[in-house]
Amino acid sequence: MSAPLLQVSKLAVEFNGGVQAVRGVDFTVERGETVALVGESGSGKSVSALSVLQLLPYPNARHPDGSIRFRGEELMTASPQRMRRLRGGRIGMIFQEPMTSLNPLHTVEKQIRESLLVHKGLSKADARERVLELLRLVQIPEPERRLTAYPHELSGGQRQRVMIAMALANDPDLLIADEPTTALDVTVQAQILDLIKDLQQRLGMGVLLITHDLNVVQRVSDRMVVMQDGRVVEHGETAAVLARPTHSYTRALVEAEPSGQPRPLAGNAAEVLQARDVRVQFPLKAGVFGRVRDYFRAVDGVSLQLRAGETVGVVGESGSGKTTLGLALLRLTGASGQIRFDGHRLDAYKGRALRGLRKSMQIVFQDPFGSLSPRMSVEQIVAEGMDVHRIATDKADREARIVQALEEVGLGAELRHRYPHELSGGQRQRVAFARALALKPRLLVLDEPTSALDRSVQAQVVELLRDLQARHGLAYIFISHDLKVVKAMSHYVLVMKEGRVVEEGETAAIYEDPREPYTRQLLAAALNIR
Amino acid sequence: MSGYLLRRLLALLPTLLVASIIVFGVVRLVPGNVLDLMLSENDFASSSHETRAQLEEALGLDKPIYVQYLVWMKNIVLHGDLGDSLWRNTSVLSEIGERLPITLELGLLSLFFALLIAVPVGIYSAVRQETLGDHVGRTFSIVALAVPNFWAGTLVVILPAMWWGWAPPNEIEPFFESPIQNLKVFLVPSLILGASLSAVVMRMMRTMMLEVLRQDYVRTAWAKGLPERTVVMRHAVKNALIPVITLVGILVPILFGGTVIIEQIFRLPGIGQLLLDAVTARDYPIITGVFLVAGVLVMTVNLLVDLCYGLLDPKVRFDRK
Repeated sequence: MSAPLLQVSKLAVEFNGGVQAVRGVDFTVERGETVALVGESGSGKSVSALSVLQLLPYPNARHPDGSIRFRGEELMTASPQRMRRLRGGRIGMIFQEPMTSLNPLHTVEKQIRESLLVHKGLSKADARERVLELLRLVQIPEPERRLTAYPHELSGGQRQRVMIAMALANDPDLLIADEPTTALDVTVQAQILDLIKDLQQRLGMGVLLITHDLNVVQRVSDRMVVMQDGRVVEHGETAAVLARPTHSYTRALVEAEPSGQPRPLAGNAAEVLQARDVRVQFPLKAGVFGRVRDYFRAVDGVSLQLRAGETVGVVGESGSGKTTLGLALLRLTGASGQIRFDGHRLDAYKGRALRGLRKSMQIVFQDPFGSLSPRMSVEQIVAEGMDVHRIATDKADREARIVQALEEVGLGAELRHRYPHELSGGQRQRVAFARALALKPRLLVLDEPTSALDRSVQAQVVELLRDLQARHGLAYIFISHDLKVVKAMSHYVLVMKEGRVVEEGETAAIYEDPREPYTRQLLAAALNIR
Repeated sequence: MSGYLLRRLLALLPTLLVASIIVFGVVRLVPGNVLDLMLSENDFASSSHETRAQLEEALGLDKPIYVQYLVWMKNIVLHGDLGDSLWRNTSVLSEIGERLPITLELGLLSLFFALLIAVPVGIYSAVRQETLGDHVGRTFSIVALAVPNFWAGTLVVILPAMWWGWAPPNEIEPFFESPIQNLKVFLVPSLILGASLSAVVMRMMRTMMLEVLRQDYVRTAWAKGLPERTVVMRHAVKNALIPVITLVGILVPILFGGTVIIEQIFRLPGIGQLLLDAVTARDYPIITGVFLVAGVLVMTVNLLVDLCYGLLDPKVRFDRK
């Protein structure tokens, strides 16, 4: 019996400072099979995958123990020259962020060609033929025209296709895909996964797929390896593991899907927000004097209404205008149309009058890493809004309000002296909620509040948000591309595409009986797994 | 591209206009008066009011300042004439034209040496972070930052003269007739100026390289199996250069300030010397002329810097739809 394509045994990775990211990990990948390495952030799955090609930041990373055999050949002790030949030659790799993983200054042709020149020594003319062939293989439309395109001229899906073409340039035996679809829209995700699956079967490669998304695991993998805290806790055939997870962590992962429904609305709930025909336009300029030639309509005539205790979900892919709509409703960006908040005509307000209303309408952003100032403690972050609006009566009251806000989002009062980098992603997002809640708002715009979080944390955050809503009668605008979370949160759903609402209705009606083909497409891509 | 260029060139006009007003006004705020200087120089200190008034009228300084400005502007716009020196009977343009090539050569050579030192050392320092070479490079940059170039320049002039009786040459031959002789004159001063500029550029280059080397696309380059040289030179350097070029644009005015001092130390008859003499003599037309020319140069360099982005970064290719 020949050696497995890839055999990782007892792999250990240690970083400077003694952090043991990976401890004794074993797994194998055979020719023609897809193995999924599953786990949440910090589980060591990406580090394990990067170890195979020795792409970790050595010497800050070390392997105290372990062996990585590729077709029987030990890679741990392989020479740098040998590793170079394997990287991009026998083993291809694609990464999570197609935005940043391509060199922004090189054309598509140059980036793909580079692998061919290095490994095969092709002439540039011969390489061009192969580049075109690869672009066709990954189904890029009009490959001849794309040769001279730069990454920023391509869509996210196209960029990931270019990455795949690059990884496959030299017919590798093994493809390592590190979260290849996480950064993409749902419909594009499905296409890319199908493409990887299809190419694997056609080319007979082994695929090592790193992901946190069980839908992806189920869709493409033959076997799965579940990792937690740098160890393998469970492995086996994908279908069997998902059907009957034996380890408690795997069970928690499987059950972590956001579920349930928002609390029913009281019949007499007061109206909080009403928006009519909201439009946001950005001018497109041209010519020597920058005359406005046309407008880009980011939000194109959207109307909605929202009552106390109600959640309106806004779904759509990137570029559909959902975030801009959220900003426009709070008057954080210029917009036309009528917006009535709590009986006030927001669109007629400005300056001080508008600022007075600000405390009643708050927003929480997607990225809990980027939206909290790293130089401010949790206490300062939570208190800043209160101080601006002079809510607290004295020092003791201020302190009490901070503690109360933190406790409400399930954080201990002792956390208030910490800084954002000392918190986990879930904790940071809770701080962001606490900051908003400290002002006792009536309306919260939640812009993808769960997208940067692990699934198990997402479920907790959804539960928390529903709980807060019931307790304070909060009205939510819930913006997300994640249809499962939207379903668990919303009473009413708007489906947006290119700045317009293409479909809207009660949540149950939209999910059970979507009328628009676009909605159906979104739902199929997101939910067809289970 | 041409549309963009035209737009930028048009935008220079109002900037220049504002700059000219400031330059014209500020120069006359300097305490001391050219009339007093001239009269005392020629031993007319005790001369009558009449002499003084005649002189004032002859120099055109009797009119209100805004009239002087308008006359000055009119001559620039209509005749391209920056006026005449108050002391010598020469035109400002010819004075500047004679000396500008010397300052330009000094400046360009300094910039050349600055980049020649800074870019490779910055790259090396980043790629071999925390090695001996990195530490040596960073120490050099701290020293070059800390040592004022007038001090370094003075030492270079004085010490060899004391020890070996050698002084840096300052007989300037035209570059195209005997380039070696010409470069001999400029070598030492431009090295000193260049070294002090290189410190800032090197630190920027190193920081940007460290930043870029952590980027995902550099990891992609490694994953392709490229050798280190290719990863660094082809994928990292070009990306790291973009902010460094911005810095170079900002350094040009500082460089101009440096040439004023270095020219004085090495006795190079450049713009810097002209300016210094003119300030001492309150020769207003020369001062305003030099400032105006310097302003145009700085703005041109920054326009060139912006155009460079377009060459480096496809995202800023102007007018590309």
